[in-house]
Amino acid sequence: METLISQVFAGLSVGSILLLIALGLVLTFGQMGVINMAQGEFIMAGAYTAYVMQFVFTNPGVSLLISLPVAFALAGLLGVVLEATLLRRMYDRPLDTLLVTWGVALILQQVARDVFGAPNVDVPAPSFLSGSVSFFGVALPLSRLFILALSLAAVIGLTLVLVRTSLGRRIRATVQNRPLAETSGISTRSTDRMTFFLGSGLAGIAGVALSQVGSIGPTLGTNYVIDAFLVVVVGGIGQIKGAVIAAFALGLLRAGFEYETSASIAKVLVFVAIVIFLQVRPQGIVNVRTRSLA
Amino acid sequence: MKLLTSSSTRVWIGLAVLAVLLLGVAPALLSDFRLGLLGKYLCFAIVAVGIGLAWGRGGMLTLGQGVFFGLGGYVMAMHMKLDDAGPSGVPDFLQLYGSGQVPGWWEPFRSGVVTLLAIPLVPAVLAVVLGLATFKRKVRGAYFAILSQALAAAFAILLIGNQATTGGTNGLNGFRSFFGYDLSDPANRQMVYFLIAIVLLVMMALTWQLMTSRYGELLVACRDSEERVRFLGYDPANVKTVAYVIAAVMAGIAGALFTVIVGIISPADVGIVPSIGMLIGVAIGGRTTLFGPVLGTIAVAWLETSLSESFPSFWVYFQGALFMLVVAFLPGGLASLGGGLTGLRDRLAGRHRSGPPDPGGPVAADAPGVSDAAMVKGPA
Repeated sequence: METLISQVFAGLSVGSILLLIALGLVLTFGQMGVINMAQGEFIMAGAYTAYVMQFVFTNPGVSLLISLPVAFALAGLLGVVLEATLLRRMYDRPLDTLLVTWGVALILQQVARDVFGAPNVDVPAPSFLSGSVSFFGVALPLSRLFILALSLAAVIGLTLVLVRTSLGRRIRATVQNRPLAETSGISTRSTDRMTFFLGSGLAGIAGVALSQVGSIGPTLGTNYVIDAFLVVVVGGIGQIKGAVIAAFALGLLRAGFEYETSASIAKVLVFVAIVIFLQVRPQGIVNVRTRSLA
Repeated sequence: MKLLTSSSTRVWIGLAVLAVLLLGVAPALLSDFRLGLLGKYLCFAIVAVGIGLAWGRGGMLTLGQGVFFGLGGYVMAMHMKLDDAGPSGVPDFLQLYGSGQVPGWWEPFRSGVVTLLAIPLVPAVLAVVLGLATFKRKVRGAYFAILSQALAAAFAILLIGNQATTGGTNGLNGFRSFFGYDLSDPANRQMVYFLIAIVLLVMMALTWQLMTSRYGELLVACRDSEERVRFLGYDPANVKTVAYVIAAVMAGIAGALFTVIVGIISPADVGIVPSIGMLIGVAIGGRTTLFGPVLGTIAVAWLETSLSESFPSFWVYFQGALFMLVVAFLPGGLASLGGGLTGLRDRLAGRHRSGPPDPGGPVAADAPGVSDAAMVKGPA
């Protein structure tokens, strides 16, 4: 029983990190069709924000809480700059956006290496996150619970923005039918920019969260971004619901495989499981009926 | 068809020139060390020919060529390790990290014949499985790219995680002989270089044959409109899988040759970063052409060696900028500049060369009159 609880918790924990990272991609990749490999570096930027903030605010708790909005804004601005300079001319070439943003990712990584140094750095955990709570005899670290809560809050927040606000309506309208949205008086240019701001900003928040689970290095984002893309692929295009299910399913699956085998084999088994899953549902868990032939 | 013949003639002349350069001029001019480096670049060029076929012609952005490169490389490395092992039959590193026993799955590679067969076949089998699994279910475009990338990540992690049997992060290295030839002898190393150069030229000739065949046109048609190909009665999944497998086999062979000439294969050569790195030369040279990927890859590899030695940090910025600028602003690569210049010259001369579309295939792949370089527009 205790093993089961700790395994499920490990899975939920991995899943919540994946979810937090994938959520931004649901917008930029799922909805806009841009494969932003630099999303990983936006995560890294968020993590380094947390690292820098601890020097500005000596109290780790205060600095963590302030890091969240700052990282959101910083990563969001990076995303807007990327969209405005490069990606806007490439919306009809989704595969090429992958390579262009990979170039951006290489550069951002090297900037981080030159500014912060190649070795990993640590962000101290604030006192209110350093303990753990006991649940049926299993110790659940508070930092992991914090990330779980953070990712759920992000899901709720993003859903509210998309469903309730006029910005969300504009985003959905632009995604569903760009020319019609344009003729209805929506500025699709500024909508694209705001979509990118939100999607990239979420990566910044994910970065702050990651600073609480491990060390921060220039390649931090690369390690996570591909898993996050897989979450979106499995979840279905642009579907928040799908991403939530997929993230936790993949997290639980990986924790299960890791328990039975090893971390490296688990990674391969998860990949095999995804390929098998795509045989059954090539469009992902949640798919929207469209008239497209494919 | 006359124009097709003329562009074909140009390609064969180009191949002949390349053959003279690689087999005659380079060995005469370069020191043993430089020739070895060129051999390494040519291995990447072999991978690039395959990527050009799969990506440029087939529209499949494969980000996992490092996997196939690594499979070929590790098969070769295992054979050489076992060959070098001496009377005990157990390679040195296995005694260092592990139980001192040769793992069961290593044993087949004791045989040279099995090794030579496995170098193309192991990548081919994986590519068939993955290709059919994805293309049959119409998983394509971005989704295929991400899956192939995830495969590269998983493969590298698998290699690192099993240090006792794969050498872990260090990979396999320290080979002494290649099928009985002593690798410390410069004459033998030169033979390896010639082998690589010949393999590259053969691969290019075969690929050109394939590109200009009926199959080649079908592949371009799949890239431009899969639905049209399906309505014509072909299964695009099969067409794409063939190109993907050919690219994988080329990468496997290149990996094996790379292992011999460089003397090491490690996860650092097969993961996500090297896999994407294999694309940049192709993009710069011109992904849809035959020569573009080869020349682009050699140029980038040469630049990397000369720049990263003295300015490692600068090289990363440079590589990143190359990716950004070339893909965003010059999707056809440098080859499209040549085509653009030809077009400009023609326009200035007032000669509007236009001809009937090629009746040979389901979709006219070439814009007549323009060089092989500008033959196909970049994938949409």
